[in-house]
Amino acid sequence: MKALRKILDNIKPHVEKGGKFEKLHSTFDAFETLFFVPNTTNKGGVHVRDAMDMKRTMAVVVLALVPALLFGMWNTGYQHFLSLGQEAGFWETFFHGFIKVFPMIVVSYVTGLGIEFGFAQMRGHEVNEGFLVSGMLIPLVLPVDIPLWMVVVATAFAVVIGKEVFGGTGMNIWNPALVTRAFLFFAYPSKMSGDLIWISGLTKGEGVIDGFSGATALGAAVNGHIGNFPLWDSFIGMIPGSIGETSTLAILIGAIILIYTGIGSWKIMLSVFAGGYLTALGFNAIGLNALMQVDAIHHLCLGGFAFGAVFMATDPVSGARTEKGKWIYGFLIGFFAIVIRVFNPAFPEGVMLAILLMNTFAPLIDHFVVQGNINRRLKRVKVNA
Amino acid sequence: MSSEKEPLFSAKNLKLITTPLGAQNPITNQVLGICSALAVTAKLEPAIVMSISVMFVLVFSNLIISLIRNTIPSRIRIIVQLVIVAALVILVDQILKAFAYEVSKQLSVFVGLIITNCIIMGRLEAFALGNKPWASVLDGIGNAAGYGMILVIVAFFRELLGAGTLTLPGLGTLQIVPDFLYDLGYVNNGLMILPPMALVTVGIIIWVQRSRNKDLIES
Repeated sequence: MKALRKILDNIKPHVEKGGKFEKLHSTFDAFETLFFVPNTTNKGGVHVRDAMDMKRTMAVVVLALVPALLFGMWNTGYQHFLSLGQEAGFWETFFHGFIKVFPMIVVSYVTGLGIEFGFAQMRGHEVNEGFLVSGMLIPLVLPVDIPLWMVVVATAFAVVIGKEVFGGTGMNIWNPALVTRAFLFFAYPSKMSGDLIWISGLTKGEGVIDGFSGATALGAAVNGHIGNFPLWDSFIGMIPGSIGETSTLAILIGAIILIYTGIGSWKIMLSVFAGGYLTALGFNAIGLNALMQVDAIHHLCLGGFAFGAVFMATDPVSGARTEKGKWIYGFLIGFFAIVIRVFNPAFPEGVMLAILLMNTFAPLIDHFVVQGNINRRLKRVKVNA
Repeated sequence: MSSEKEPLFSAKNLKLITTPLGAQNPITNQVLGICSALAVTAKLEPAIVMSISVMFVLVFSNLIISLIRNTIPSRIRIIVQLVIVAALVILVDQILKAFAYEVSKQLSVFVGLIITNCIIMGRLEAFALGNKPWASVLDGIGNAAGYGMILVIVAFFRELLGAGTLTLPGLGTLQIVPDFLYDLGYVNNGLMILPPMALVTVGIIIWVQRSRNKDLIES
């Protein structure tokens, strides 16, 4: 650590005001605060609320994503060898997934952080840490066989159009990782949906054994083949799907970390699940098509539902902020996710669209909650007066 | 008409053409005519044809209104304007149907909707009613060119990125993205063809324009 401090102290004079590389100040600042607590102190009154700052918050979320990430890597390898009909050991399986997933993580971080640093430099403000989470979320919500250049294009689009035009971290209307996914979904549908893309190597047509289908559980459920995906498999996550979304178990571990540290709102998570469960239960009673007949609990374990509920809907920037608003916001996400899924088989990933839709409406929900509170209190004042 | 004769392309007159191309662009600055800018820019050819049609309608309606500006009773001026614009639009529509049927089909209702294009009514109200014919013609050329410029830029990027081609009037569809790129795994961006990306593209143009010209940024 001392050596690191020395290097930073050596560079510092050059990037301060008047130094040779004055323009790179925010880049330097970002790295310095990443390693060391800044040595500036408050001059006026201090209001310490919490020892958490944004860097620590983001770090915890990334930590919460690790179970889903590790399982996703293993599952990528598992599905790959399953499609070939081969037996492979644990490490071989995991290593295959690692080779596939790791480049996506690198690409998403390099693209996103590169753009963020560029904008911070141009606008002369500090580099924000928001992308530390988005950069990890992006690979986890994508199918494993997506070409890397598409990840670059989509990440750049999401960071520039979804975030920087609104003023950067904390100002964005939509969750950047979901903007990335939505961009890919509409721009390159052939690489984002269908039966072949979810398992590494399947698009290249490597020797696939007979009777193996790469369809996701939702893709199969449309045709009434949900029986191929028993509830327990969907819960553990040994099914094809986007890298991080398959294992509801790993996601729940992440959820516990988020709730325990108080970073993710348990109200949003709970209400998303409740909304989805009740809606699915309602559709079970109607049962007009194959997706309506899928068991309500099963619905929650399929596709990106759990992942979206835990990691995407709880995004504090794009979600609702009032406590009552969180219940409404979450419930409607669950509701719309199932509705889109059931009524429009062309959009199996209803969760993505539902969260983006409710992101848009979150400020409106908050407005009405706040306004309702004001009216209630005004009434009380009038009665007393 | 007692004032001394002004040269046809005096500095003041030239400004009528150049300001709508830059700082006073009808689309990026005044945000008029957005509907058609979003609707007809999926391909280059319809965008060019649309720009020419709007230029025709705007120049001639500006000219006619300017010629009769002193005889129009102020209370019914909107009706008079509408009649003239509608007549010109029908003319354009019939010409397109006769000589460029394919494009006319692609443009569909948007030719007819030139009548409601805010730029045209805006220029008639704001300029032609109070200025001489020649100045009004120049103003029409300038504003239609400013409108067309944005349409063509948007359509250029949308078609190039969305379909990998450029469609030019008279030349047909030219493939711009070479085949070997497709072989390498390049895929056309389907989102560029969809209307939302037209909005985003116009937004990016506004962004670029405003970061180059700080005067345009509202406080």
